[in-house]
Amino acid sequence: MPNMSKTKVPIPEQEPKVRAKNFEEVTLGYTIEMAIEEANRCLNCKNKPCVSGCPVGVRIPEFIQKITEQDFASAYEIIHSTNALPAVCGRVCPQERQCESKCVRGKNAEPVAIGRLERFTADMHVNQHEDIIKKPVSNHHKIAVVGGGPSGLTCAGDLAKLGYEVTVFEAFHVAGGVLMYGIPEFRLPKKIVQQEIENLKSLGVNIMTNMVVGKVFSIDELMQQGYEAVFIGSGAGLPRFMGIEGESLVGVCSANEYLTRINLMKGYQDGYDTPVLKSKAVAVVGGGNVAMDGARSALRMGAEHVYIIYRRSEYEMPARQEEIHHAKQEGVEFLTLQNPVKILGDENNRVCAVVCQKMELGEPDASGRRSPVPVENSEYELPVDTVIMAIGTSPNPLIRTTTEGLETNQRGCLIVDETMMTTKKGVYAGGDAVTGAATVILAMGAGKSAAKSIHAYIMQKNL
Amino acid sequence: MFQILKKKELNPSVTLMEIYAPYIARKVQAGQFVIFRVDEQGERVPLTVADCNQEKGSITLIFQIVGRSTMKLNALQEGDAILDLVGPLGMPTELPEHAKNICVIGGGVGCAIAYPQAKAFSKAGLHVDVIAGFRSKNIVILEEEIKKHCSELILCTDDGSYGMKGFVTNALETRITQNHIKYDTVVAIGPILMMKSVCELTKKYQIPTIVSLDPIMVDGTGMCGGCRVTVGGKIRYACVEGPDFDGHQVDFDELIKRNGIFKEREAECRMMTLADKL
Repeated sequence: MPNMSKTKVPIPEQEPKVRAKNFEEVTLGYTIEMAIEEANRCLNCKNKPCVSGCPVGVRIPEFIQKITEQDFASAYEIIHSTNALPAVCGRVCPQERQCESKCVRGKNAEPVAIGRLERFTADMHVNQHEDIIKKPVSNHHKIAVVGGGPSGLTCAGDLAKLGYEVTVFEAFHVAGGVLMYGIPEFRLPKKIVQQEIENLKSLGVNIMTNMVVGKVFSIDELMQQGYEAVFIGSGAGLPRFMGIEGESLVGVCSANEYLTRINLMKGYQDGYDTPVLKSKAVAVVGGGNVAMDGARSALRMGAEHVYIIYRRSEYEMPARQEEIHHAKQEGVEFLTLQNPVKILGDENNRVCAVVCQKMELGEPDASGRRSPVPVENSEYELPVDTVIMAIGTSPNPLIRTTTEGLETNQRGCLIVDETMMTTKKGVYAGGDAVTGAATVILAMGAGKSAAKSIHAYIMQKNL
Repeated sequence: MFQILKKKELNPSVTLMEIYAPYIARKVQAGQFVIFRVDEQGERVPLTVADCNQEKGSITLIFQIVGRSTMKLNALQEGDAILDLVGPLGMPTELPEHAKNICVIGGGVGCAIAYPQAKAFSKAGLHVDVIAGFRSKNIVILEEEIKKHCSELILCTDDGSYGMKGFVTNALETRITQNHIKYDTVVAIGPILMMKSVCELTKKYQIPTIVSLDPIMVDGTGMCGGCRVTVGGKIRYACVEGPDFDGHQVDFDELIKRNGIFKEREAECRMMTLADKL
C-alpha cells in the first residue's frame, strides 16, 4: 500500500536564525527512514508523467521503487544512467516546475518529493564510497568540450559513457562553472560538485583548467589537433547593469562578481586572500535565483539589512519558491514593485543610498507578465552601502569573436539547429551560450541532446 | 603548475619573473595579459605580459609589489612554481591604420608594458620613440632593453636625479613644440593620473592616444564585470574588450575612484608584512 499522506515528508533544515550566519548547507537531507517513507508516496504510475517533466529524462518511478526496496546502489545507477550530476540536480533543479509539477499525487496533495529523493540517492552513493563507475572501452574518437559548467560536463559525461575520448577545456582554475562560482555553498556544497566531477573523471573525462578557448586555442586549432567535434558550453557572460546614474560608485557590483569572490575564491573563509565588500546594508536588484543567492550571501557576510528590490510583484518573481521562502525566513527584506532610478554616493565616491521609485502593474508584456509602470512622485532614498546588480547577463563575446563561421542572433547567442549544431560544421553548442541565462537543468538537457547529436554525427562521418 | 625559470629584482619594489607557460608563450601578443593565482588561498590577479620566448616556452612578468598577492609571488624563488596561470587574455594592442610615427610613454612599472609595445611596433617597421618616466634614479627599470627597440629613449625623473628633470608630459610637450616632431599616435601606460595627464595634452595637440588600463578584475574572461570602465559614455569591459582603449574617451576620474576600493587593504597587507619582518 502506498503512503497516502497528503504532504511530503518534511526535510530537516538548519534554523533560519542560525543558518543566516553560516555558509553550511541549509537543508540537511533525508535519513534512510524518511526517504523510504517518502518513496512510498509514489504511485509508480504506468504513464510516468514525471519523466516527461525532466529535461534529462531521469527514470523517476524506477529509482524511487529501488529506494522502497532499500537498493540504493541500483537507485543511483538508474539516475546516473541519464543524469551526470544527480547530487547537484537534487539540490538546485526547480522541481516544482518540472518533474514534481507533473506528479499525479500533486493533483490534490503535495507531489512526491522527487528532488529530495534524488539528492538522498546521490548522497548515499557518495557516503558509501562505492566505486561503481568504470571507464568504458575507448572508441578512439576525440571530442573537445569548451566550458566545464553544467552543459559541458553533462555532454562530456554522456559522450564518455559511449566510449569517446573527451577533453573539457575550462577557463577557471577549477571546473564546475556556475556550480562553483555562482551557486553558494549553503545551497550546493562545493565538495559535492567536485565529487560529481571526480565521477566524470572516473568515466575517463579529461579536464584541462586555465584554458580559455578562443585565446589559447581557437576552435579551428582544436579541430586541427584531432578533435572530431566540439561542444561549446561557454555559458552566459557579461553582467548587465541598469544604465542609471551612480552605477560606477564604489560599492556597486554585479552579482557575478559578488558571488564569485565568495564562492569560487572562498572570500568568506579566513585565510583566503580575495577581498569581499564588508557591508552593513545591501540592496540586491533583481528577482531571480541569482538575486536570492546574492542577498542570502550578503546576510551571511554580516550585513544588518539586506533588501531585494524587484520592479514587479512577488508573484512574477522568477526565483524558485523555495529560495524566496528561505530568503524571507532568514531575514531578507523584500521591496517589490520598486525600481532603483539612481544610486547616490558620499564624498569618497562610496555608495550611501539608492533612490527607488514605486511601481504598479500594467498590461502584460511580451513575456506574458504584467509590466511594471512607474508611479509618479513616489521616489524615496533607501540608505545602503552596497548595491548588487542581479538583472541578468549577455552572452560572452570571447568565442564568437574569435571563431569564423559561428553565427549569433541579435542578442549575441550562438545559433544552433535542432541537432544543437552551430552554423559551423562539427561544432555544437548548448546552455546559456545559446539560450541566454537560464537554469542548470536546462543547460544539462542541452548538453545531453548535443551529446546524442555528436554521437550520430561521428557515426555518420565514419561510416 | 607553472615553474619560475628566472627571477630578477629590477628595483626594490619591482621584480621580473620568467615563467614556464608554453601554451601562453605560443599565442601572447603585445598588450595582452595573464591572470595568476599563487596558491590555493590566493587571489586571481591580472598582469600584462612583458615578454615571451617561444623556444623556451616562457613568458616574462614584471610586477610591482603592492599587496598580498604580489608579495606572495615575490616570495617565490627560481625553481618554485605558481599554481595557476591563465591567458593570454584581452585584445592585443592595435594601432590606428595610419600610424607611422609613434611615441610610447611608460610611467614607472608601466614601462614593463611600454617595453613589449615598443618592441612590437619597431618590429612592424614603425618609427618609435619612448618616453620613460620614474620618480627617481634608483627605481629606473628596463633602460637597456627599451633602448634596443626604439629610435630614441627619453628618460625623465621627477626629482631630476637621472635623465631629464620633470614628468613624461613635460618631455612629450618639449618633443612636440620645441623639437617639432609630429607623432601621429601616442601610446601611454602607467599610473592612471599619468595617463590622464598625457591624454589631456595629446587632446590639445589632437594626437590619437591609446592607453592600457588595469582595473580590478576577478575572472578576466568577461564574467564578473569588476573591470568595467566608462569609455565614450558607455560601459566597456577591460578584460574582453580592452585592456587598451582610446585614451581621449576614457573616464579617468571614475577609474581612479573605482581602483581605490581595496587600497586600504593593500596598505594593511604591506604594514602587516613589515611588522612580521620586524
